[in-house]
Amino acid sequence: MKSDIILSGVGGQGILSIAATIGMAALENKLYLKQAEVHGMSQRGGAVQSHLRISVNEIASDLIPLGKADLIISVEPMESLRYLPYLSKEGWLVTNTTPFVNIPDYPEMENVISEIEKLPHHIAINADEIAKRVKSPRSSNMVMLGAASPFLDIPYECLENGIKKIFGSKGEKIVNVNIEALKAGRKFAIEHTPVASKR
Amino acid sequence: MEKLLLLGAEAIAQGAIDGGMSGVYAYPGTPSTEITEYVQKNKTAIEKNIHRNWSANEKTAVEAALGMSYAGKRAMACMKHVGLNVAADAFINSAITGVNGGLVVAVADDPSMHSSQNEQDSRFYGKFSMIPMLEPSNQQEAYNMTYEGFELSEKLGVPVLIRFTTRLSHSRAGVQRKEIKNQNQLSYPKDPIQFVLLPFNARKRYNSLLGKQALMEEDAENSKHNIYYEGKDKSLGIIACGIAHNYLIENYPNRDCPYPILKIGQYPMPFSKIEKIVNECEEVLLLEDGYPFVEEQLRGFLNKSKKIKGRLDNTIPRAGELNPDHVAKALGKEVKAGLNIPSLVANRPPELCLGCAHRDVYNALNETMKEHGKQKVFSDIGCYTLGALPPWNAIHSCVDMGASITMAKGAADAGVHPSVAVIGDSTFTHSGMTALLDCVYENTSVTVIIADNATTAMTGGQASHATGRLEEICIGLGVKPEHVKVLTPLPKYHGEMVKILREELVYEGVSVIIPRRECIQTVTKSKKEKKVKTEEII
Repeated sequence: MKSDIILSGVGGQGILSIAATIGMAALENKLYLKQAEVHGMSQRGGAVQSHLRISVNEIASDLIPLGKADLIISVEPMESLRYLPYLSKEGWLVTNTTPFVNIPDYPEMENVISEIEKLPHHIAINADEIAKRVKSPRSSNMVMLGAASPFLDIPYECLENGIKKIFGSKGEKIVNVNIEALKAGRKFAIEHTPVASKR
Repeated sequence: MEKLLLLGAEAIAQGAIDGGMSGVYAYPGTPSTEITEYVQKNKTAIEKNIHRNWSANEKTAVEAALGMSYAGKRAMACMKHVGLNVAADAFINSAITGVNGGLVVAVADDPSMHSSQNEQDSRFYGKFSMIPMLEPSNQQEAYNMTYEGFELSEKLGVPVLIRFTTRLSHSRAGVQRKEIKNQNQLSYPKDPIQFVLLPFNARKRYNSLLGKQALMEEDAENSKHNIYYEGKDKSLGIIACGIAHNYLIENYPNRDCPYPILKIGQYPMPFSKIEKIVNECEEVLLLEDGYPFVEEQLRGFLNKSKKIKGRLDNTIPRAGELNPDHVAKALGKEVKAGLNIPSLVANRPPELCLGCAHRDVYNALNETMKEHGKQKVFSDIGCYTLGALPPWNAIHSCVDMGASITMAKGAADAGVHPSVAVIGDSTFTHSGMTALLDCVYENTSVTVIIADNATTAMTGGQASHATGRLEEICIGLGVKPEHVKVLTPLPKYHGEMVKILREELVYEGVSVIIPRRECIQTVTKSKKEKKVKTEEII
């Protein structure tokens, strides 16, 4: 088993929490893990990405080679497209459809969506709306992780355990809010994507 | 001992804690900040009372670490690559004094300049100062090398440089810990004048450093970090330094590289292993994440030896971070990238946060500077450097820590008026105070804006030495108290800020304006922490 995942979004959207949750889950499964993150200047509202690699075998590079990613998980739609050169032919793109507009030349939303829909394997999900619906408005990142969970070779329960470990220090309420968001994202993906439901 | 999931920077911190360190000294700087932050939060470090407060700058950090080493204890100084420029005087001379307790200097380079103004390679500093260098390829090695680095330093009697890059520093992986070593007891150097670099003794110390070179070479030659992997196909030999080795192995997932490989993790460069690979292979490919440091030395000025491939002949791009794809291409392997980035994807540069006080400062400054013409504002290194970008386009320089004030002074000397500097509170106490003194000394007409957000913001909100004492520092340096003005940068005070700026800009002499409002990030963070604590109490 080997999973190469690119996480993308805008600084402050919580991709590092997604990475940390998957990381904890991978550790629980005694898998090898390498996760390269972006710190520093870009965290101030710039484009950010994280390379996350999980494997039963020892992992060499901290960076995923071009064309080798199995999955892109993006909390922002335009950002999901920035990393397409990394996605393999068989890879899946799972993205939020709520844009984060902090630049004057942000493209027309319908054009962004049509680029996403050109891809053979994609799930587009309005994570912000789902997060609000389950009363976890600030957990759209966990909705996205839930939506991508059928494509991870990690038992779903381990992700919930991961959330408990990552957010445990912030109190039970925060843990539950994030788990609700995770569940809702997973449910959406399974209901709307036949392939996801088989996984 | 347990296995931990650690960033490369954190692995260095844990290695130092477990290796018997008594103190870490550092100034925040991406990608090195997380080393000290980890020590600050670490239970063992707190229990053992390991020194872990921030230093004013990298030079004071290295000097304090050297002082701790003088007292017989193990110390570490950490910084980003350009921080070593600031610390260079102390660093180079610490090789001449030598150490008493083990001294490790951990420096994070930033190839591709993810968060820096250049991509200088610290290995040149290691060679320049003639001390041993360690270059980890992964998080486990980062831990091991730091853990063992203190002993190496004590054995050879000199500081040890650990050089790593952004990618390793900010990448997480499992790390196996070793048993915790005790801290050293207080002890003085055997030779009471070891640290006295008066010329008569400095010459003696320098000769002693030269005399140790053979020992350092021998240690590197036999180091477990310099490994020769035999290969059947001698048409090519590969030398891979530090993290470059990972990118090489990524291209041979079954670990079946047919070529001989020399993995370098300890310097001085291991002579006989390099001699062997050069002698037995037709060509040699150099893989280094940084400058062509080893490559240049193997090539020689006339490049008359065997064919050496690498960054200097563009087998690998001359600039920027190394990656597995560059290595694949260098090995003649096909790189099958996925789809192209659609043309509609726009750049998304970093920006000042919504609610950030710097926004209000630049709005007021821009309005005032309209009256004085363009390109008269010098700035510095921090979040406020983002004021160079639209919509503000408010500043016209960003060179090195503290340069805003001294460049404004030089420009004023040349006839620019008003000449303005914008600098942050933490950058000011890092390297701006002596610059301000130069202005006071000559009563130069400069307006210095110290944007005080009570933190070191760009690196994530570390404590600032300036907090609570900025006015006193400026007045103490000789700025006239009536020309030290404190403002509150908020949209509702825009008019007032413009008025004061207008007055001070035309003043013929040194004036300091301090717009003061806490960083919006640290405000939010401390509110959240308070909330959690209250909930815990309930």
